[in-house]
Amino acid sequence: MQFGVFTVGDLTTDPTSGRVTSEHERIKAMVAIALKAEEVGLDVFATGEHHNPPFVPSSPTTMLGYIAAQTNRLILSTSTTLITTNDPVKIAEDYAMLQHLADGRVDLMMGRGNTGPVYPWFGKDIRDGIPLAIENYHLLHRLWREEIVDWEGKFRTPLHSFTSTPRPLDGVPPFVWHGSIRSPEIAEQAAFYGDGFFANNIFWPKDHFARLIELYRSRYEHYGHGSADQAIVGLGGQVFMRKNSQDAVREFRPYFDHAPVYGYGPSLEEFTAQTPLTVGSPQQVIDRTLEFRDHFGDYQRQMFLMDHAGLPLSTVFEQLEMLGGEVVPVLRKEFEALRPAHVPDGPTHSARVSAARAAEASDEGADAGTLEVMAESVG
Amino acid sequence: MTERQLAVVTAGLSQPSSTRMLADRLAEATESGLGELGAVTATEVVELRDHAHDLTNNLLTGFAGEKLAAALDSVVGADGLIAVSPIFSASYTGLFKTFFDVLPQGSLDGKPVLIGATAGTPRHSLALEHAIRPLFTYLRAVVVPTAVFAATEDWGSGGVAADGTLSGRISRAGRELAVLMASSDAGPVDPYEHLTPFEDLLRGPSAG
Repeated sequence: MQFGVFTVGDLTTDPTSGRVTSEHERIKAMVAIALKAEEVGLDVFATGEHHNPPFVPSSPTTMLGYIAAQTNRLILSTSTTLITTNDPVKIAEDYAMLQHLADGRVDLMMGRGNTGPVYPWFGKDIRDGIPLAIENYHLLHRLWREEIVDWEGKFRTPLHSFTSTPRPLDGVPPFVWHGSIRSPEIAEQAAFYGDGFFANNIFWPKDHFARLIELYRSRYEHYGHGSADQAIVGLGGQVFMRKNSQDAVREFRPYFDHAPVYGYGPSLEEFTAQTPLTVGSPQQVIDRTLEFRDHFGDYQRQMFLMDHAGLPLSTVFEQLEMLGGEVVPVLRKEFEALRPAHVPDGPTHSARVSAARAAEASDEGADAGTLEVMAESVG
Repeated sequence: MTERQLAVVTAGLSQPSSTRMLADRLAEATESGLGELGAVTATEVVELRDHAHDLTNNLLTGFAGEKLAAALDSVVGADGLIAVSPIFSASYTGLFKTFFDVLPQGSLDGKPVLIGATAGTPRHSLALEHAIRPLFTYLRAVVVPTAVFAATEDWGSGGVAADGTLSGRISRAGRELAVLMASSDAGPVDPYEHLTPFEDLLRGPSAG
């Protein structure tokens, strides 16, 4: 099981002090949070990708490359990479380059974005959201796996005799998650390729995500990648902790009440009851997170949102220390004890390289065969 | 005997509310219409006043709280809908509109709907035709021809169910809805149960 933090990279005024953060400060804070995540023993840092204020992270590989140079163990990821409006060729190149620089400590999560105008700004039509996600990813998938690609689609210039460089490290592309909050099509896509499925989970009730994950698991099995409980699932979570839960509630409430996503809406109490947000003691966070397994089955990656709504960096550091020091060690032990032997651990480059070598040694692999047939029939 | 689900959405704000009174009369007329056609009716009333906070929260957070979700489900799953709003500033109230704004897309496709409205004077009656009916047309509902408007004075006039009186209009509208509901099998398509297989997704939306 992998544990990490994901950041939206929002510039939000601290509602308790009125303090405004500059872009420069926020960008450096995101880097500091990543380094802290490694220091306190977390496994993953992921950044969002946005192309409009008040968000700063428009260029994830630049940031992740800079973090890679200063870390040793941390897996660097995205939450999410816009598969709709980015050129899949550029994604293939950028993330393969990052994968080399980071010695394989890279994966990424595909998403469609939540800001309508980003589509026209990048020359796309929002009504093509799903078709763009499907076609662009299919090309990306091929670019990482086929040396020479001939390709024609609806949404970008055709490619003839194109080789994406650099080639993926050790011939094994970065692991890919597909994130969605409401589209069964994306769960189906993740299942088809045998990729991971990430349910952001944080802003909506769990029943909704339970349905998406159940669909993903059953289709993963349908496409022959393994049994449903072997499908690779990641979940989001959102916590604020203090030793005493009353202190946590008191301190977090003004941030909650003014937060860009849910501020001025439901009360903190209503929202914590309806969504996985947990505001309380480390033990409460442990208990709540363990419940995710009851709802969604054994899963491979748990990400936490820790640094939004204008929380000062010093507070985020305290949160990360509690998360890494008190919460994650217990969760690791508990989840590990519960996970059956046939359910895979979180994806890493080295494990994927070993698996690829083992597959080459034995046979050509049933799923690779399916994909080739598909690619031929669809062009 | 077949059973039909009837959802009643009423946006009256005062208690007691003449909007609720009209909604109840329309529901009774529909139930008796269905009874004549050999069906029993299971009616669920949604008082939007009770969901006012949850509706605002849903606009802000993008999801419905538990109680509101149950109310939305009762409309989604119904064979027919009665929707009644007071007229404010020449149209339905904001609360009424909010409910239909947060209802999942496609929920009313092909669903039989009877619309009603209340106001202080009969001068607002055409709001049903220029505001409420187009809303439901947009939502692809099948709106019955008779829309029922009740001004304050209507509650005290009119004698026995002659066709032009409030009672007469209520009975006619209820019968119209009952006939559509009796033969309706409307219900939204569940995208989970009617999943597009990946082969078709990959071929793109234009392919057959």
